[in-house]
Amino acid sequence: MASNFAYESKKLGVMYFAVAVALLGAQILFGLVAGIQFVYPSFLFEVLDFNVARMVHINALVVWLLYAMIGSVYYLLPDETGIDTVGIGLGKLGFYILTAAVTVVVLVYILIQTGPANHTTLWLIQEGREYIEAPRWADIGIVVVVLVFLSNVYLTAMKGERTGILTVLMADLLALAGLYLAGMFYTENISIDQYWWWWVIHLWVEATWEVFVAAIIGWALIKTIGANRQIVEMWLWIEVAMLFGSGILGIGHHYFWIGTPEYWWEIGALFSALEPVPLVAMFVHVMYDWGKEAGIKKGAGEKPMMNNTPAFMWFVGSAFGNFIGAGVWGFFHTLPQMNIYTHGSQFTAAHGHLAFFGAFAMAMIAMFYMAVQGSSGKKDLKMTFNTKMGFILLCLGVVGMAVALTIAGYGQVMVERAQMGATWEGYFVSQYSHWFKQAMGWRLAMGVVTLVGFLYIVYDLLTINKAKINTEQGE
Amino acid sequence: MSKKVSVWSDNRFWQRSAAWVTGFAAMLLIWLTFDTMGQIAMGTDEDLTQGVTKRVPGPTVINYKITYEMSDKRGHEVPVIGEKENFFGRDDYSDEEARALLNLGKLGVQAKNCMNCHTLLGNGAYYAPDLTKAWLDPMWDGYIARLGKDSKEEAIAEFLQNPSENPSHERMMPNLGITETEAKGIVAFLKHMSSIDTNGFPRNFGKIQGAIHGK
Repeated sequence: MASNFAYESKKLGVMYFAVAVALLGAQILFGLVAGIQFVYPSFLFEVLDFNVARMVHINALVVWLLYAMIGSVYYLLPDETGIDTVGIGLGKLGFYILTAAVTVVVLVYILIQTGPANHTTLWLIQEGREYIEAPRWADIGIVVVVLVFLSNVYLTAMKGERTGILTVLMADLLALAGLYLAGMFYTENISIDQYWWWWVIHLWVEATWEVFVAAIIGWALIKTIGANRQIVEMWLWIEVAMLFGSGILGIGHHYFWIGTPEYWWEIGALFSALEPVPLVAMFVHVMYDWGKEAGIKKGAGEKPMMNNTPAFMWFVGSAFGNFIGAGVWGFFHTLPQMNIYTHGSQFTAAHGHLAFFGAFAMAMIAMFYMAVQGSSGKKDLKMTFNTKMGFILLCLGVVGMAVALTIAGYGQVMVERAQMGATWEGYFVSQYSHWFKQAMGWRLAMGVVTLVGFLYIVYDLLTINKAKINTEQGE
Repeated sequence: MSKKVSVWSDNRFWQRSAAWVTGFAAMLLIWLTFDTMGQIAMGTDEDLTQGVTKRVPGPTVINYKITYEMSDKRGHEVPVIGEKENFFGRDDYSDEEARALLNLGKLGVQAKNCMNCHTLLGNGAYYAPDLTKAWLDPMWDGYIARLGKDSKEEAIAEFLQNPSENPSHERMMPNLGITETEAKGIVAFLKHMSSIDTNGFPRNFGKIQGAIHGK
């Protein structure tokens, strides 16, 4: 990738993006292994079992999104502050340390997998806590690298200009990093374990990560369609109020059944029912700004600004996907009356796939296209056939998986939970029902579609700058 | 700065609102966390001998029989701690002994990565049955006979050590190298987990034989 960047910070951002794309590939491949095992249980049995495939699948997800998020901040920092990032050398060192650590962690997951029941296993191999399985040594490494990243952001913002978007990001990243500490201890009490575990998982994805993408989308609206900064930042503050106002106490929907008191039923139901509201608002805001900016330009007899159609398509997709995946699919099963039957079923998996993709993956893929445009120095980047194929196939694949899992979840809930009473036998009667098996077949097929879409996107990211449509226009 | 037209389009107003709303929600969460921590702290051996109900009973609950029964008052099932019951041939585990077993089991559940196939308290992966009330699962009755054991705990421990030789279905549990000592700890962990008050989750556990597979 030719580099025309005036700022070192943007180059570092692209380095993070490159690893993020590779990890997204790993996520899809290990997801396929797990998907195959649902249909053919003997596949890689006692070689690479479901728990290992699934651990790599979800860890790759978390880590590629974090890479893309850190990369996004390094990428947009010079635009917002007007200066290059202060401790760029330290930032690059942090990148190499983090990448080496991630490589070692993944190799240990795959090659060593599990260990004896002692603290050494938790320190060196994995911690056996979904999403944050990373062993304790890696936890500490992550904290150090994140501290370097945070200090870079703060020092740069203090030296250069501090915009509203940057103020939101600074507060948000501090909370995001601090929350990780809640997942770094051991207790023999499973209820206390899961209580704090949700502080990391929930307060990341349904609070701080949501605010993060809201800020990123705000920045992108200014960059791609020339939206008015004052209005974008006003909306961003409203978003922050609504996202944190609903998301922080929305954590209650994870506290219905883990031993915690009944009052979480009401708190979790009320606040998580409000969680879709800011997601609707985010989508409305994007569409509103788009129409408004175009209208103003047209009224003045000018051509509306739109300098990166692939990125903008993914940003709009994300605003909508966030609402559908996180908002609608989340609301499906968030009330305790429903959740007592759906908790821990394929419904959760359906929501997880659609929400992570819509809310975060789509926005981060959009950022990849922003970086591709930046690296070429082009004023205008237009989508190609491959861009469209990548978008269509990836969306089709993930939505298809989510629909299949929803149907599987419906069958599971009706048979295992409502009819059979959630026993070992009840579980397997539901898993072997025709509807469930059929849905799992479709999920696997849609997983393959997702992989093909991903390959189109990788190819497109590498070649879009050289495509005819983007070279004819001149520089 | 631009001329202020209305407070509703003033960025400072929305920035302050965001800070207040976030601060208020965070303070409420922290306050509720203190209350919840008190309620889900593990009970003591004394609580059990005196019949004091705790949401998360002490480790010596492994000395007692546990059932899961409908509570008319609460409208859902709750774990009920009954009379003394043997666990690996004893019903007199001291607080230290029971805690050490439970601790070993919890470490084992994490070290063997159970949560990326099973769910615990409904959280985890969906490739294998939920373990919340696994101790109470009627399937173990068959395994006691099948494995030629005298008790449920021994049957579970044997299964955990050789799961893929004793599968229940085509989708099997892999051999994870669980030792005899670790298996005993994990069984203690499972028995303790079944005594946690989960507000009625899972509902109807083991009560209904499905109509389509009616037996």
